[in-house]
Amino acid sequence: MNIIVCVKQVPDTTEIRINPETGTLIRDGVPSILNPDDANALEEALKIKDKDPESKITVITMGPPQAKEMLQECLAMGADDGILLSDRALGGSDTWATSNAMAAGIKKIGNYDIIFSGRQAIDGDTAQVGPQIAEKLDIPQVTYVADYENTKEGIVVKRALEDGYEILKLQTPCLLTAIKELNEPRYMSIRGILRAAKQEIKVWGADDIGVDKTVVGLKASPTNVFRSFTPKPKGAGVSIDGDTPREKAEHLMHGLKEKHII
Amino acid sequence: MTICEIASNTPVRALVFQRFYFGIIIALYKDEINTNNFYGGQNMEFSYSREQQMVKKMVKTFAETEIEPIAAEIDEQAVFPFETVAKLGELGLMGMPFPQELGGAGTDYLTYIMAIEEVSKVDGSHGVIIQTHNALCCWPIFTYGTEEQKQKYLPDLLTGKKLGAFGLTEPNAGTDAAGTQTKAVDAGDHWILNGSKIFISGGGVADVYVIMAMTDKSKGTKGISAFIVEKGTPGFSFPKHENKMGIRGSLAAELVFEDCCIPKENLLGPMGKGFKVAMTSLDVGRLGIAAQALGIAQGAFDQTVKYMKQRKQFGRTLDKFQALAFEMAAMKTRIDGARYLLYDACNTRDRGLPPAVAAAEAKLACSEAAMYVTTKAVQFHGGYGYIKDYPVERMMRDAKITEIYEGTSEVMKMVMAGEIFK
Repeated sequence: MNIIVCVKQVPDTTEIRINPETGTLIRDGVPSILNPDDANALEEALKIKDKDPESKITVITMGPPQAKEMLQECLAMGADDGILLSDRALGGSDTWATSNAMAAGIKKIGNYDIIFSGRQAIDGDTAQVGPQIAEKLDIPQVTYVADYENTKEGIVVKRALEDGYEILKLQTPCLLTAIKELNEPRYMSIRGILRAAKQEIKVWGADDIGVDKTVVGLKASPTNVFRSFTPKPKGAGVSIDGDTPREKAEHLMHGLKEKHII
Repeated sequence: MTICEIASNTPVRALVFQRFYFGIIIALYKDEINTNNFYGGQNMEFSYSREQQMVKKMVKTFAETEIEPIAAEIDEQAVFPFETVAKLGELGLMGMPFPQELGGAGTDYLTYIMAIEEVSKVDGSHGVIIQTHNALCCWPIFTYGTEEQKQKYLPDLLTGKKLGAFGLTEPNAGTDAAGTQTKAVDAGDHWILNGSKIFISGGGVADVYVIMAMTDKSKGTKGISAFIVEKGTPGFSFPKHENKMGIRGSLAAELVFEDCCIPKENLLGPMGKGFKVAMTSLDVGRLGIAAQALGIAQGAFDQTVKYMKQRKQFGRTLDKFQALAFEMAAMKTRIDGARYLLYDACNTRDRGLPPAVAAAEAKLACSEAAMYVTTKAVQFHGGYGYIKDYPVERMMRDAKITEIYEGTSEVMKMVMAGEIFK
């Protein structure tokens, strides 16, 4: 099986800071990581390869040259190939423009059975790029995949909804977006690291993937960032104690009266 | 760009280049380096390779995710962490500086040492478990073993499927190995072992043991030979587990041999060369202990930085008190100084130069730094440092052993003094 995994390098949000004056992310000194949901996407591909060692996993991302490091880490986890789409012409792309470039890159790789991506990236939280890629490649997609199984009749996945799950069967080629519940991502192995550090990451520019330059980059993006800000933290909540519902209601009434709300 | 300009780029490089030239002078004097190395010099580079950076990152993540949450528990209950050790084996940490053909991970010694350091930042017990297995069991079998011994033992050891240990110390012999009383008698087609070993890290837990025993008492240390003994061999038992001050997750036990018969082919290395097997293994071991000590020191330091930033007294956080902040600067200097000695000692081994003195120096510096830093860390935590709610209490107990095992600080000074006054 040929699998493509779409990944993104994101700032480690546990250490994120925002410049209070400009409202933009302070990226200096903030370590970059593989987007957590994308790690689940890669893990599922690796599990398929564990069962069927003939499978080939290609990891693809779009980003600045330093995103190579993240791709190397994906190789060290067990992926076979890494491709970086990097070009000034692609810079500043929103989700629509990004998915145009990614779809073009994936077409160039060609011959795929499954494309995995993470549900969403922790920096933008849009959850749009995966589904848009599927649309542009004109293949079926299932988002929020919590379980994956390859059966004789085709691929069966469990899709997480707010109030339950959907069990869906689909044919390849298809695109699946992974959520945390899907699996537990593995660590890089030391052997994997030694192999990955020597392996070349392919870098493709806009011309290499043959994408129409009027549909990628900042200028082609129909959306742009108006303002970034840190939401004010909510105050700590109050839990109302009481042994019976009546007692709890009494305490609530007492509290509301005390604050002159009622 | 001249070399001086390169050297002035960073303090690290300046140090490297100092050592670089010093090293060349010594090496040329000893005729141990060829001119290709002189002009190439790439072996002397002291920056981290991409491999090393990735290994460090992976081990750090693993240690913080899998080891840190259980560190207090394995200390409290003195239980061996089989589950995490098995995972370390899968990732390659139980056979790092050994060839991949035999099941090893195939790294250099510096990478191996960086991994032990990362693990020991959160737990010294795991640090010594990795080091004892790698340096004191895998290494002597890899270095002195016959092809049959290597094929029989290394694939399982290097992947962590089996655990290894090493037995030299006895009730009446430790630093003074000539006093070894465990005997191995040649009984034709097998050896018969009698005697006991104490304080053996991994005793009872490990599957494969490298054991030093006298084959000819009259020859002193030249009468010691090394043997491979497997757990489960009749006459080989573990009557007592030690109740230790620190590194309580790494179990230590007494080993007893009572008419323990082992196959003839389990002699490791030549007859009468057991002392050499032991000493050269300990040279590797000391790098690992130094890395464990360094990790403990750095871990305690990092914990203290975090604590000082949030603990308030007299209306300000502790880091705003200059007396304490200056002491932290002094602690950092000790840690970083010790680290350079250790990495240089690894570099020396990776380059194939005589490793013993550099390893002794590194172990002395790192273990003293560990004891110094952890004691201060407890002090700066005040009462919180003395209770088990904060990890520095455990780290201070764990640090002490690094000045004792695999050669005490006094033995490290003996090794170095021997070189100074030879």
